[in-house]
Amino acid sequence: MRDPFREGLAAGWKHVDASQLAVDLPIEADVVIVGSGAGGGVSAELLASAGLKVVIVEEGPLRTSSDFNMREAEAYPDLYQESAARKTADKAINILQGRCVGGSTTVNWTSSFRTPPRTLQWWQSAWGLKRLGVDAMAPWFAAMEQRLHVGLWPIPPNENNAALARGAAQLGIPVAVIPRNVKMCWNLGYCGMGCPTNAKQSMLVTTLPAALTKGATLISRLRAERFEFSSNKAVSLTGMAMKPDGIHPNGVKVTLRARHFVLAGGAINSPALLLRSKAADPHGLLGKRTFLHPTLISSGLFDKPVRAYAGAPQSVYSDHFLDNVAVDGPLGFKLEVPPLHPVLFSTTLQGWGEAHARLMREFANSQTILALVRDGFHPDSRGGQVRLRDDGSPLLNYPLNETYWEAARRALLTMAEIQFAAGAHWVTPVHESATGYNSWAEARRGLAELPLAPLRCRVVSAHVMGGCAMADTPQRGVVDDEGRHFQIENLSVHDGSVFPTSIGANPQLSIYGLVARNASLLAAALTGKAKPAIL
Amino acid sequence: MTTRREFLKTGLAGGLLLNVAACARPSENGGRTVVLSALIPVMLAGALPAEGAERPELIVRTLDGVERAIGGLAPATQKEIGELFDLLAFPLTRMLAAGIWSPWPEATPAAIGNFLESWRHSRFDLLKSGYAALHDLIFGAWYARPDTWAAIGYPGPPKVE
Repeated sequence: MRDPFREGLAAGWKHVDASQLAVDLPIEADVVIVGSGAGGGVSAELLASAGLKVVIVEEGPLRTSSDFNMREAEAYPDLYQESAARKTADKAINILQGRCVGGSTTVNWTSSFRTPPRTLQWWQSAWGLKRLGVDAMAPWFAAMEQRLHVGLWPIPPNENNAALARGAAQLGIPVAVIPRNVKMCWNLGYCGMGCPTNAKQSMLVTTLPAALTKGATLISRLRAERFEFSSNKAVSLTGMAMKPDGIHPNGVKVTLRARHFVLAGGAINSPALLLRSKAADPHGLLGKRTFLHPTLISSGLFDKPVRAYAGAPQSVYSDHFLDNVAVDGPLGFKLEVPPLHPVLFSTTLQGWGEAHARLMREFANSQTILALVRDGFHPDSRGGQVRLRDDGSPLLNYPLNETYWEAARRALLTMAEIQFAAGAHWVTPVHESATGYNSWAEARRGLAELPLAPLRCRVVSAHVMGGCAMADTPQRGVVDDEGRHFQIENLSVHDGSVFPTSIGANPQLSIYGLVARNASLLAAALTGKAKPAIL
Repeated sequence: MTTRREFLKTGLAGGLLLNVAACARPSENGGRTVVLSALIPVMLAGALPAEGAERPELIVRTLDGVERAIGGLAPATQKEIGELFDLLAFPLTRMLAAGIWSPWPEATPAAIGNFLESWRHSRFDLLKSGYAALHDLIFGAWYARPDTWAAIGYPGPPKVE
C-alpha cells in the first residue's frame, strides 16, 4: 500500500514535528493557519495556490496511512481530542473531535452533505447573512464536491444501514443514500480510525499535500497558545511544542508572526484560543452558542448477523423528521447509523456485569441508530458556552433542557419503531434505567414513561459548531460572512465555529464550501489579485 | 430535571467529600490500584473468566489498560479522575460516599455491585458521572484488547496489504 504523504515528505515537503524541537523556533509567514482540519486544509491549499507563504500549525500528531492499523486502542488516544473522551462540563455529553493532521476529516465517517437550504435561509433571515443564499453557495459546494470526490455511495449499504432503510420503508418514512468523499473505497468500515487505503479524501490526502507541494510548511505537535494583539491587529501567535505524548508541553515555544492569521482549530478550540488571548469581545459573544447536534442512540438485536463494524459506516439517512417540523419549531432530528467497534460500543452501552456482558455477546447482531438533534434554531435551543479552566484548557457547558428532551423522546420512539419494523426482536435506548423492550407496543409504553435527564439518557456528539458565530453586525456576531473578525482586522475564522446555528447535517461539506469561498476572498484581498470568478 | 436545591446539595456534599479525600490523599496510585482491583472483576462479571489461572493476569492487564487510558486524558481530567479514586480509596469517604464498609480487597461482589448501582442511579450528578467514568475506563480497557474479541464475535480489523 502506498503512503503518498510519506512519499511527499521524502520528496521534500516541509514538516516540523515540534515535539522534537530543542530550541525556540521563530516563524515568519504571510499567513499562519491554526488547525489542519476541514477549514485549515482548504484554506492552506487556496492561500498557498495564490502564492502566499503559508504555515499550518496543528496540535495533534502527523499520522498517515501506514500508521492507521484500525485499532481503537491506538486510534483514539492518537487521533482524537482527549482520547475521544472529551466531555461537556457536566460529563453528560461525550464529544468526538479529531486532533491530528487533517483534524476531524482524518477520522470522520465521510458523510458529505451540503448545508441544507432551510439552514441557509434561516441564516439569511435570522442572522442577516444575506450573501450566503442557496444559489450563491451552490458553486462552492460543487467545487469542493469535485475536489474531494464526493458522490452518492454506489455500493449496497451494509446491514447496519440497510436495517435503517428497511424499517423506515416499512413505515413509509423516506430515506436516501449518503454522499461520501471517497475514491476507490475498499468498503472496510474503519473510517473512524484513519483510512488505511487513502480512499477517504480527507485533508490528509487532498488539500494539505497540495499546499505542501506549493511550499507551505506544516508544524505538528504545536499547540496554539496565545495571540499577542496590538490595537486592532494580531501581531504574533505563541505556540507551545508538545511532548510526543501529546498531553504535556515540552517547554519549547514557537513564535509565529504573519500578515494574517486564519483560525481553524474547530469549535471549542478556536473560541478557547481567542478567550485565552483575551481577544476583543465587546458584545460578550465569544464561545457562546456552541452547538452539538446532541445525539440519541437506540440499539436493537437481530436474529442474523449485522456486523456493524464492517462496510461503509454511514450510507443511508433520513431527513423526514427534520423536514416535517418548522425549522424553529419543536426540534427536528436526522437519522443515521454509527459503525460499531468493541471499545466505542462497550463504553457507550449501559449497565455492567452480566447484563452488559450478555449484550456484548450479541455484538455482531447489534444494530444501532442515531438521532442527531438540530439545535440552535428554536428560541429555547441556545446551545452551550465554551469557557476556560484554570489551566487555560477549554470546557464546554451545554445544558440539556426540556425543549431538547421533548425531541429526544420523539427520537427514541421513532428509532425503536424503525428497528422493530426492520426485524429487531429486542430494542433499547442507551439509557441507564432502560432494560429494553421485546416489541414496539412494549417500547411505546416504556419510552413514554422513561425519565429523560442528563447522565441517565446517553447523549453524544461528533459535530461541534458555533462559538465564533458569523452575523451581519458586530452586535450579534464575532465574524462577518467572510469569516473576518469584526474587531481584529488581520484575523479570520475558517471553521465550524462560525456557524450561527447547527447545520442539521454532518458538517464537513458545510465547512469546505464556506471556507473555499472565504479563503478565496482572503487570497484576493491579500494578493491584490481579482476575486474568484464564481463570486 | 435536577432542581436547584439538589444541585447545591450535590455541590456541597460532593465538594466536602472530595476535600476530605484530598486531605487524606492515599499514596500516589496505590489507592487506585486497590480500588480498581476490586472493581474490575465485578464490572466485568460475565466477560472476565470466573475462574482459572488467567483471571488474575487479565485483571492486571485491564488495570494497566485503565492506567494507560487515564494517561491519555487532558491534565484537568486526569486530576478529576485522581480525585474520584482518592474518594473511593480513603476509608471514611469510601464508607460515606460508596457505602463500602470493609476495605476494598474484602468487599463482597454484592457490596460492590450495590455501590455501582447506587452511583449509577444516584440523584447526584457527581456520583452518576463517577460511575460513568469507572464504566468507560474499565470496559474501554477490556474491549481494547484483541484477546477479548472472540467472545463477542468480533473478527478484528481486516488485513490491508
